[in-house]
Amino acid sequence: MSEAVLETRNLHKSFGALKATDDVSIDLRPGEIHAIIGPNGAGKSTLIAQICGGLQPDAGSVHLSGRDVSGLSTAARAQAGLGRTFQISALAMEDTVLENALLGALGQSGRPWQFWRSAARRTDLLDRAMAALDRVGLLDDAEQVTANLSHGQRRQLEVAVALTLGPKAFVMDEPMAGLGTEGSKTMTTFLDGLREEAPILLVEHDMDAVFALADRISVLVYGRVIATGTVDEIRASKEVKEAYLGEEA
Amino acid sequence: MIRESYINWIVLAGFLVVPLWALSADEPFTITLATRAVLLALAAVGLNIALGIGGLVSLGHAAFFGLGGYAMGILAHHAQTFTPLELGMFTIAGTKSMPIIWLTAIIVSALAAFVIGLLSLRTTGVYFIMITLAFGQMFFFFSISWSAYGGEDGLSIYVRNGFPGLNTLVPIQFFGLCFTALCAALFVHWKLRKSPFGLALNAARQSPARVETVGLNPVRLKLLAFVISGAITGLAGALFADLNRFVSPTMFSWQLSGELIVLIIIGGVGRLMGPVIGAALFVTLEHFLGAFTDFWHVWLGVILLLIVLFARGGVVGILTGKAGPHV
Repeated sequence: MSEAVLETRNLHKSFGALKATDDVSIDLRPGEIHAIIGPNGAGKSTLIAQICGGLQPDAGSVHLSGRDVSGLSTAARAQAGLGRTFQISALAMEDTVLENALLGALGQSGRPWQFWRSAARRTDLLDRAMAALDRVGLLDDAEQVTANLSHGQRRQLEVAVALTLGPKAFVMDEPMAGLGTEGSKTMTTFLDGLREEAPILLVEHDMDAVFALADRISVLVYGRVIATGTVDEIRASKEVKEAYLGEEA
Repeated sequence: MIRESYINWIVLAGFLVVPLWALSADEPFTITLATRAVLLALAAVGLNIALGIGGLVSLGHAAFFGLGGYAMGILAHHAQTFTPLELGMFTIAGTKSMPIIWLTAIIVSALAAFVIGLLSLRTTGVYFIMITLAFGQMFFFFSISWSAYGGEDGLSIYVRNGFPGLNTLVPIQFFGLCFTALCAALFVHWKLRKSPFGLALNAARQSPARVETVGLNPVRLKLLAFVISGAITGLAGALFADLNRFVSPTMFSWQLSGELIVLIIIGGVGRLMGPVIGAALFVTLEHFLGAFTDFWHVWLGVILLLIVLFARGGVVGILTGKAGPHV
C-alpha cells in the first residue's frame, strides 16, 4: 500500500453531548478520489473543518504527507499543500475572476508583502492564475466581476483557485452543489482527470457523481464511519443501505 | 457616467485652483479653510486604507490624529519653553522642525496602531467598532488629565513650526506643504491598492475564509493595513495641530473619529478620492451653512442619510455610476 497523502487518525469532536466526529480514521491515497457520504447532520462539515483547520479536534490528529498538521492554522495547512473548495462559494465577490485566481497564486507564492509593485505585473502570478482559469474554462470571463458569474461558474472558479495552489491533496466540499445536470457532468469529467494530479477527498451529495468518480467511499453516520470500500462494496453493504441509501431511495 | 480617474484629477485640480484664486484675490482665510479641508482629507485617506480596503470600521482613529497632534504639541512646547523633555533615562530637546515632528508623529501613531490593532483585530464587526472606540476614549481621558501638557485646556504653540526653505507662516506655503502630504498619501493608497498586498487585503475584507484557504493570514494583512492607516492619520494630526497652532483633547474626541467615517461615506468608501471629496464638502458646508446656523450638522446628517439610503458608493459612486465596495 502506498503511503497516504492525507490521513486522519482517530479524530474525535463533541459539541456537548453530541458526538459530531466519533473516532474517524480515513486516508486519501495517491491518485484516488475518496468520497465521504452521509445523511445531513452526519458530521461531514465538522470533519472537513478539522481537516482544514477551522476547528480543533478534541482528540486525534491530521497528517499531510506523513506530517502531523493538527497544530497548524488553516493558512499554514494550505501552505503545506491542502487545497480546499467551499460548499458555499467563499470568493471575493467584488473582485474580478482573474483577481480571485491571482489571490490563489499569491498565496501559493507565499509573498504577499509587496507594496510597491503592481500585482498585475507579477507575471509569475498572472501565468499561474490564467493557466488555472483556462483549465476550468473561465479564461474568457477573466475580467468579469465575480458577483456577475452564474452559480456554476462560481463553482468552477472555486476549483480554479484551489488549482492555483498546486496542492498535494484537494478537499472539496460539495463541488456539485446547485449545479444542473449539465454542469454536474462537466464538473464530474473535470474532477475525473484531476485525481492524477492530486488525490481528492470529496464530500458530495450527488450520488451519481460519487458513484461515477469515487475509487473508495466512506459512509459517515452520526459522526462514525460505518463503512469504507469500493463503490460496489458500498452499494452491496446492507448496513449502508439501512443507514443511508435506503432512506433516500 | 464619468470615469473615476477623471474625477480624481478634477478634484485634485480643484484643490489647487481654489487656494491659488484666494491668493490672487487676497483672501487668506479661504486658504486656511482649504488647508483645513486638505488635512481632514489626509486623516480620512489614512482611515480609508483600513476602512475602505481592509473593511475595518475603526471608531478610534482620533487616537492617531490626537497622537500626531500631541507629538507636535509636546515637541514644540519643549522647544518654545527651552525645557528638555525627560523620558526616563533619555533627555530629548524639543524641536520646531516639521520633518522631525512628522517622523515622530508617524512612528508614535504607527506603534499605537500596532498595539491597538493587535488587540482589536481579535474581534470583528460591531465589537471591533466598540473596542477601537474604547481605545480612542482612553487617549481622550488621558489627555484631559495630563496637566503637564495643558490638560483640558490644551497646548498653544506660539509660532508655527518650520520647514527648511519655506516660511510656513505664509498660508499658501503651508497649504502647499499639506497638499503635498495629501498627494503622497493618495499615492500610497493608489500603489497599495494595486499591489499584491492590496489584492490580498481587499480579499480579506470580502472573504477572510478564502484568504486563509490560499495560505495567507487575514489578521496579519489587516494589522499592517491598520498600522499604515494610523500612521497617515497621525501625520494629519501633526499638521492639523500646526495649522491651528494649538492642540487639545478634542483632537482625541470620538466625534472626530465619527466625522472621519462620515467624510469617507459621503465621498465614497474605498474610493481613492472619496475622503478628499468628503472633506471638501464637509468644510464647505461647515463654513457656509455654519454662517447661517449653529445647527448645520443637521444638513450634513440629511446628506449622509440620502447617500446611505440611495447612493452606497457616495459622491464618487453617483458620478461613476458604480456602487462602492461593501464594508
